[in-house]
Amino acid sequence: MQKSLYLTSNGRLRRHENTLYFETEVEKRSIDIENVEQIHIFGEVDLNTKALNYISQYGIVLHFYNYYGFYAGSFLPRKKNVSGDVVVRQALHYLDREKRLFLAYCFVESAVYHMMRNLRERKEAEAFLIAIEDEWGKGRFNISNIAELMGLEGRIRNIYYQSFNQFLPEDFAMEKREKRPPTNPINALISFGNSLIYSHTLSQIYQTQLDPTISFLHEPSEKRFSLSLDISEIFKPLIVDTVIFKLLNNRQISLEHFDEDLNYCYLNQEGKKIFIKEFQSKLETTVRHRQLNRNVSYKGFIRLECYKLIKHFIGDQVYSPLKAWW
Amino acid sequence: MEDIQEFSEVKFQGIKINYLYICKRKLWLFSKNITFESTSDKVLLGKVLHEYSYPKENTKEVLIDNLVMIDILSDGSIREVKYSSKMKEADIMQVVYYLYYLKQKGIQKQGIINYPKEKRKEVLELTPEYKEKVKQALKEIEEITTKPIPPPAQKQKICKSCAYFEFCWG
Repeated sequence: MQKSLYLTSNGRLRRHENTLYFETEVEKRSIDIENVEQIHIFGEVDLNTKALNYISQYGIVLHFYNYYGFYAGSFLPRKKNVSGDVVVRQALHYLDREKRLFLAYCFVESAVYHMMRNLRERKEAEAFLIAIEDEWGKGRFNISNIAELMGLEGRIRNIYYQSFNQFLPEDFAMEKREKRPPTNPINALISFGNSLIYSHTLSQIYQTQLDPTISFLHEPSEKRFSLSLDISEIFKPLIVDTVIFKLLNNRQISLEHFDEDLNYCYLNQEGKKIFIKEFQSKLETTVRHRQLNRNVSYKGFIRLECYKLIKHFIGDQVYSPLKAWW
Repeated sequence: MEDIQEFSEVKFQGIKINYLYICKRKLWLFSKNITFESTSDKVLLGKVLHEYSYPKENTKEVLIDNLVMIDILSDGSIREVKYSSKMKEADIMQVVYYLYYLKQKGIQKQGIINYPKEKRKEVLELTPEYKEKVKQALKEIEEITTKPIPPPAQKQKICKSCAYFEFCWG
């Protein structure tokens, strides 16, 4: 499997002859460029066009995060696999009201399914699970546009986040979900995890013929690569939230891993490292796929979602979003 | 003359003839540029084989009319290098298509398929039967690739080593 590389320290990416190096004050590390799919840059890193050109030869995506660990942007090398046909048809699904709503609904359905899946095993959260089932059961049949769907999803997500207080350590109590900026540790964790899943999803989209700017649940104008937001919905509860639960309940991450200044809370370098390590091992965890009869990693499942969307657009097979069966 | 006129209307990359005999769905997807070869280890193996076999030949990977890629070109023959002979019929059709294509341009050659890993080769001439078969194949490619939706996936033995496996069955 091609690897994701995370650079959390400060340094310089340099090409010397046909090798890429990451140089920091203390060491000079060579990078096995053939086996790298994407590089996530969290530290303060210098690089020049010589390095960028070399990186792009290998189709490697660079994702940049700011000091607080929030996604800043990506460097996507010139795309090799472009299909005008797929893009045109993807756009048609956006322009057609019914077709767009269908896909948006699919993303929410899968997200809600995975939220419920996360709560199902937790006795403490039973009341919240019932509340979500109730809200979803009533609401899902009364949706006639994207705004209503978003509203329903928002209400469910509220209940879902409220339930966290039932099974996470007290230090990590959640009053409400705050995004910009997160003011407490749990919100900081969710934001950091969502940044990671967003960029990983973008990397997978990039490997396919999909156009990352044409989205369905989110407005294409919302963010540059809003299809990544759409697909991320499916994987946020499945990957990010389970990583958070594990890290907190095993006390691998505690309050000492956060820095706070002026109403702003974020993971410090040590905290980021712990989170990334667990996140990456989750992405590499494999599950036996029933149709493929092969082991597929969580990362692989993101790619498979992209494939299913392409098949949907070209009229091959109606999209049915992932619902984790394991 | 009739041949040439017909021919100028339907010209395809040689790989499409190959795919026609392997999998019509793959052919359709490939024709829309929906490709996954870049992430396949098998395809990488094939590429490496092309690069490292026959190092002494200096006319390798010759592109004709921006369309047909001949692996090795020499005075009397064109050669195609393949990883395995599992898909022999498809390989043969690809090479006789090249012979047919060159003949339209007034060039007559012999075709050779090399299977260096198996230390085997196949020598081919453009017989009238092959000519008919190529013409038929070109028509079929035209038909398949102009359809609005791809042919449905059909499980074959070779699916599991195909770069499209996860796309078709996932």
